[in-house]
Amino acid sequence: MIQLIINGQAQQFESPLTVIQLIDRLALQGKRIAIERNGEIVPRSQFREQILNHGDHIEVVVAVGGG
Amino acid sequence: MNNLIIAGKTYSSRLLVGTGKYKDFNETRAAVEASGAEIITVAIRRTNIGQHANEPSLLEALPPSKYTLLPNTAGCYTVDDAVRTLRLARELLDGHSLVKLEVLGDPKTLYPNTVETLKAAEILIKEDFQVMVYTSDDPIIAKQLEEIGCVAIMPLASLIGSGMGILNPWNLQIIIDNAKVPVLVDAGVGTASDAAIAMELGCDGVLMNTAIAAAKQPVLMASAMRKAVEAGREAYLAGRMAKKSYSASPSSPTDGIITRTGTIAHHSD
Repeated sequence: MIQLIINGQAQQFESPLTVIQLIDRLALQGKRIAIERNGEIVPRSQFREQILNHGDHIEVVVAVGGG
Repeated sequence: MNNLIIAGKTYSSRLLVGTGKYKDFNETRAAVEASGAEIITVAIRRTNIGQHANEPSLLEALPPSKYTLLPNTAGCYTVDDAVRTLRLARELLDGHSLVKLEVLGDPKTLYPNTVETLKAAEILIKEDFQVMVYTSDDPIIAKQLEEIGCVAIMPLASLIGSGMGILNPWNLQIIIDNAKVPVLVDAGVGTASDAAIAMELGCDGVLMNTAIAAAKQPVLMASAMRKAVEAGREAYLAGRMAKKSYSASPSSPTDGIITRTGTIAHHSD
């Protein structure tokens, strides 16, 4: 089991997973999102390669209405 | 009407609008359309994990192909939060580098922390962001933000969301007179006359959100704001008459007025 902190909340996964696998698990496929891992941007081009590990802090953001 | 140029790009509208506080995306879209704005601000927020998977998205209602999206750092109180937010925004918007920076100092007044704003702007400019910066109406800070490379200076007219209007036109005037980059009033506009006053001062544009979104009829107010910004700009370009206190000047000819002087003269004969 590994634990990721996603948008401030702990979530458990059976094993390390890629960013694209995480996006699938969170049902965010096809959404316009951006992802930060431990304070660093994960470029979209690396979604298939980067493997997330126990303790990683992940931020998943979208654009919302604002002034 | 000449155009607004920000970071080398030309815009025909001098009204920039926010997309927050609307009832739904349909109202947001209708208000944005009525405003004629080409640049619209958006916020960057954590997505709802595991909820509302089919929630409509703002970028579907207001596509980046149609508008210049200006991601902001609303709600950020530290340099780190602001910089991280805009890095995420750039990734989200496919490398788009025009951003609105604000680093707040106080949750009650949402007053900008200009010291931290300067630090954040420096980092972002080094990373090739084009920074439009929200700041106080302090002319020295405004000049410093310009000198480090901000592409537009956006002083407040009054507190964010207050609708209190232009509280210190004199400071805004100093900032405008000293600036070589566009100056846009950002925050505090409450109604159309406020926007017109900002433009009459010589501002290059006005950015507003709540004045439109919190109006009883947002779409109608958006239309009013569009006209106010255009009217204010035209009045500025036209050059207003000089103010003359205590010395009235008639608008109509002073000769040929019918008088009773003749009649009075007959009586006295």
